[in-house]
Amino acid sequence: MSEVIEKLTSKDFSSDQEVRWCPGCGDYSILKQVQTILPDLGRPKEEFVFISGIGCSSRFPYYMDTYGMHSIHGRATAIATGLKATRPELSVWVITGDGDSMSIGGNHFIHMLRRNPDLNVLLFNNQIYGLTKGQYSPTSEQGKVTKSSPVGSVDYPFNPIALALGADATFVARSMDRDPKHQQYVIKRGYEHKGTSLIEIYQNCNVFNDGAFEIYTEKSSKKENILLMENGKPLIFGANDDKGIMLDGFKPIIVNLADVSANDLWIHDETDLVKATILSRFYDDPTHPDHKPRPFGVFYVNNNKETFDTLFNKQMEHAMENGMGDLDKLIAGRETWVVN
Amino acid sequence: MNPTIDKDLESVVIRFAGDSGDGMQLTGTQFTNSAALFGNDLATFPDFPAEIRAPIGTLAGVSGFQIHFGSTRIHTPGDMSHVLVVMNVAALKANIKNLVKGGVIIANSDGFDSKNMRLANVPEDKNPLTDGSLDEYDLKIIDVTKITRAALTDSGLGVKEIDRCKNMFVLGLVYWMYNRNMESSIAFVKAKFKKNEAVMNANLKIMQAGWSYGETTEMFANRYNVAPAKMDAGVYRSIMGNQAAALGLIAASVKSGLSLFYGTYPITPASDILHELSKYKNFNIKTFQAEDEIAAICSSIGASFGGSLAITGSSGPGIALKGEAIGLATMLELPLVIVNVQRAGPSTGLPTKTEQADLMQAFYGRNGECPLVIVAAQSPGDCFNMAYEACRIALEHMIPVFLLTDGYIANGSEPWMYPQSKDLQDIKVEFAPEKTNTDDKFMPYLRDEKLSRPWALPGTKGLEHRIGGLEKQNITGNISYDPNNHEEMVHLRQQKVENVANYIPLQTMDNGPETGDLLILGWGGTYGALKTATSILRGEGLNVSHAHLRYISPFPSNLGEILKGFKTVVVPELNNGQLVKIIRDKYFIDAIPYNKIQGLPFMSTEVVNKIKEILA
Repeated sequence: MSEVIEKLTSKDFSSDQEVRWCPGCGDYSILKQVQTILPDLGRPKEEFVFISGIGCSSRFPYYMDTYGMHSIHGRATAIATGLKATRPELSVWVITGDGDSMSIGGNHFIHMLRRNPDLNVLLFNNQIYGLTKGQYSPTSEQGKVTKSSPVGSVDYPFNPIALALGADATFVARSMDRDPKHQQYVIKRGYEHKGTSLIEIYQNCNVFNDGAFEIYTEKSSKKENILLMENGKPLIFGANDDKGIMLDGFKPIIVNLADVSANDLWIHDETDLVKATILSRFYDDPTHPDHKPRPFGVFYVNNNKETFDTLFNKQMEHAMENGMGDLDKLIAGRETWVVN
Repeated sequence: MNPTIDKDLESVVIRFAGDSGDGMQLTGTQFTNSAALFGNDLATFPDFPAEIRAPIGTLAGVSGFQIHFGSTRIHTPGDMSHVLVVMNVAALKANIKNLVKGGVIIANSDGFDSKNMRLANVPEDKNPLTDGSLDEYDLKIIDVTKITRAALTDSGLGVKEIDRCKNMFVLGLVYWMYNRNMESSIAFVKAKFKKNEAVMNANLKIMQAGWSYGETTEMFANRYNVAPAKMDAGVYRSIMGNQAAALGLIAASVKSGLSLFYGTYPITPASDILHELSKYKNFNIKTFQAEDEIAAICSSIGASFGGSLAITGSSGPGIALKGEAIGLATMLELPLVIVNVQRAGPSTGLPTKTEQADLMQAFYGRNGECPLVIVAAQSPGDCFNMAYEACRIALEHMIPVFLLTDGYIANGSEPWMYPQSKDLQDIKVEFAPEKTNTDDKFMPYLRDEKLSRPWALPGTKGLEHRIGGLEKQNITGNISYDPNNHEEMVHLRQQKVENVANYIPLQTMDNGPETGDLLILGWGGTYGALKTATSILRGEGLNVSHAHLRYISPFPSNLGEILKGFKTVVVPELNNGQLVKIIRDKYFIDAIPYNKIQGLPFMSTEVVNKIKEILA
């Protein structure tokens, strides 16, 4: 681009619409982090498009002073795919929730991931239906008591990270509303990735599911229960960074750093799908005494799978190499006859 | 020397029928192309089961192809056939009722053995070839299988491959019967099998053998000539409806200067539009086979937001799935064309059979007040015109437009005097220009005289805006829960549809004066049958006129005037009465429904009889 891009600020990305999430909602933090990093991406703001489905999170585009579409339940991924296929130069983002992407939009979600269009997908996971006032969601834990499951839900939950890896996603990460810096880092990494970037963000619904992620966000319990993954670094956690993860074959085991040197721990490798898959299964009930820490950060990156929009448009360019076809010849077809 | 006498005929209906694996569709298509190139007018009716290889030899597996060709204008594939080619007893059983008395039956005797009799549920002692039940017909029994095998023993092909050539024997024989040139089929076989010389030679040899069989045996007393038709002067090609629809969409893309995006999911009988469009990437035509019907339309909405000419296509069940997204497109006020190649429903219904029962779905099949524009094609070639019109209206009015066709015209073919691109109406598209002065905000729902809003593409400086399915405040496009605004917006969206009436042609009469005793008011694919029926009725001195609707929402502005000019208005439809309800509702006239819901097109004689009954 020849013209100099004027330096934008986070204010340039905030629209004149009043934000209407409940006070204390985790969505505010995500909005703030996105508005904070966009000015640093060196792109004019008219190139950003935010497309959402339905749910609390999906009001997001109204608060961004960019192009946006608040579409219908579960379908933002499909709309974004059509836009990106035809306008690959745009930066297209999908804003979705656990009901929107894991339930009603589950089909489009997995098909988007297998095709790998260059989209950034922020999945706001609060493990509850908020906008419809508190029914269990496909990520709610089994036994969840809600308005629609007064004696507890019998459904097993989806594990979005494992689902994404199973659908051959090329960028899979997890963050949380309460850690702005971590969110900014992960979202930026997702933006830089060429291909679909799936970023699950644990987001507290303080009205219908308050404290769902408390164990991972409160100072008192956080360090003991989360595993911050950093590429090339050993997997260490614990209140005093005193525990680590080792692999015994394919079986992960928790070890005490008093007994094992950090050099012998599992070193996180973002490009290793098998290891990412094992990490994605660190998903047990956090109240269980033997539970593994919940991983945050980038699970997996695959830079070797061409994006859908690239492949789609390469075919077009190839077909158009010799210029546009002749419309009149096309309409006439191969065999014609004259009536005088 | 063969004592055959050449006779001239005005028109002939031939029906080729056999197992769905017998190649009857190909045989019919080949004969059609030759007849078209020869200069006959024609109409065809492919009639096949939904199963790709239905149980061999059974009634359910019968695949038919009917062609009506003549030296006069032809508008239907014919009510009854004059010649029936049957490859087995099931094909005979399924089709004999529609053969005229005295008509020719060409029967492949091998298909009448005890196994085929059993499969077709015909008692062993009731072989129609020998029990005298076909005495009223001109029966020609030929063991096509035996002849084909004998002729191709040295072909190097296996028995299975040899048997697959049987249809070419039949084609050659019928070419001989109607004194036709085989050149175009020879070229076709050469092109189709250019990578397999043995198969190519076998097909060519057996087609010639069919011809020679007619020439050398004395089975046929007559040979027929059907002269070229007196058609309007011009250049013609043969066209099928789905093909024409695809070409119309491409033409609109080229004329509007917009890249076309077709988001779709395979479904009978609409898939051929995808197959056609996917061949023409060199016209900047993008096709996307989505994971389901909903993703198909949603990807198109995304493409429309980005500035493409966005189309989605399907058939009834798929359209049902798209309903919510059609509502979204209506709220977004973005251009979108939705093609529905109608088939018999409800649910899966009769996937390969025709019907016009999705009109109400197009009108009302969404939640809330959700009006949109509806156009319908009336013949295979007209699919081009109406596809083009659907795009023009969608783009110029920023509105979703339904294009209704049906299985009958989608798969049927006719000679088509195709247009030159320079003669097509211009399509004017303007995108909202970039804005450097940011003091006054961009208003995404500011309307022009047509009531359409600006098309502001992502990537355009200064036009950042948000759209969505929540009710919009007029002009600003902000979310609004204001009761009066909602009512105003519902009226505006309705008015936007009504205004399209100022940009479409007035309704014309297809036949007969603008006033009279009885008006036949049709729409869509029933055109040919109604046209033929009207000319028969008028030929008998009855005061009957025919008007055929191609613009259905909104109706042409003079339709009310026309309806008032007739004592009686009859609305024939292939459904349980849909257009008739809308006509009665809108114009307060006692229009009479005439309905057929058999998955089959109207026969013109049925219509003639019904109209006479009404007039009596």
